[in-house]
Amino acid sequence: MDSVGSIILYVIIAAVMVICSVLTVTTRKILRAATYLLFTLFGAAALYFMLGYEFLGAVQIAVYAGGIVVLFVFAVLLTSKPGDNTEKLTSKSRLLGLAAAVVMFLFAGYALVARGLSYARMPHMEPQTMDQLGHTLMGTGYAQYLLPFEAISVLLLACIIGGVVIARKR
Amino acid sequence: MRITTMEIRLIWWLIPTLIMFCCGVYGFITRKNMIAILISLELMLNAVDVNFALFNRYLFPGDTEGMFFTLFAIAIAAAETALAIAIIINIFRQVRNVDVQGLNTMKF
Repeated sequence: MDSVGSIILYVIIAAVMVICSVLTVTTRKILRAATYLLFTLFGAAALYFMLGYEFLGAVQIAVYAGGIVVLFVFAVLLTSKPGDNTEKLTSKSRLLGLAAAVVMFLFAGYALVARGLSYARMPHMEPQTMDQLGHTLMGTGYAQYLLPFEAISVLLLACIIGGVVIARKR
Repeated sequence: MRITTMEIRLIWWLIPTLIMFCCGVYGFITRKNMIAILISLELMLNAVDVNFALFNRYLFPGDTEGMFFTLFAIAIAAAETALAIAIIINIFRQVRNVDVQGLNTMKF
C-alpha cells in the first residue's frame, strides 16, 4: 500500500515526463527542445530516486543533465541563431510521424496491458549500500561487472580521440 | 478510504515511458534539424533506460542487472552524443547547414 504522498509524487513525475517529452518534439525552437529534454531527464532521475536507486539517479543528473544537455546547448548555439525557428512541418511528414508513433503506442500498449506481469506491485527491497555497488562494479565473479566497466573506459578514450580528430580545424 | 489503498503498479510507470518513446519516434521522423533528431534519439534512449530500471525494481528486486545495464547505457549514450555532435559541427563548418534535406553529398 502506497501513501498519498508517493501517489502525488507519482502524478507529478509522470506528468512532467509526458508533457515535457511531448513539448520536446513539438516546439519550433531547438534551444527550447533541449531545455524540455532537460526537464524530462530530471523526471527520470526523480523516478530513479523514488525506486531506491540513488546512485543511478545521481549518475543520470551528472551525466545527462550536466553533460549531454550542455553539449546540446553548445551545439545549438554554434549551428544556429538563438531566435531561429525550425522550418514548418509539411503535413505529409507530420502525418507519417504521427502514424508511426500512434501505431507503435497501440501495439506496445496492448502488449503491456495484456500481460499479467505488468500489474506487479512494488516488492520490498533492501536499500543498496555504496559498498555493495562498488563490489558489483569492480568484481569479476557472477553478476559482477569489471569487464564492461573496463570496456566502457576504452570506449570513452576512443570517443575522446575520435571527437578531437573529427572536430579539429584542418 | 479508496485512495489510501491504491498501489503504484508497474503499468502505471510503463505507460508514461511508452508515451515518451513514441514522442521520440515522432520527433525522429518529423524533425529536419540534425540536432533535433539527436534530441529525439536521446528521448527514446532515456525511455528504454527507465524501463530497464523499472523491470529490475519491480520484478527482480534482489538483483542489480537492470540497474547496471542502465548505468552502462548512459555512459554509451554520452559517448555517442559527443561523437555525433562533433560530426554535426564538422558538417556545419563545411556546408553551413545542419538540415538533413540539404545534405545530399557524403564527400566534399
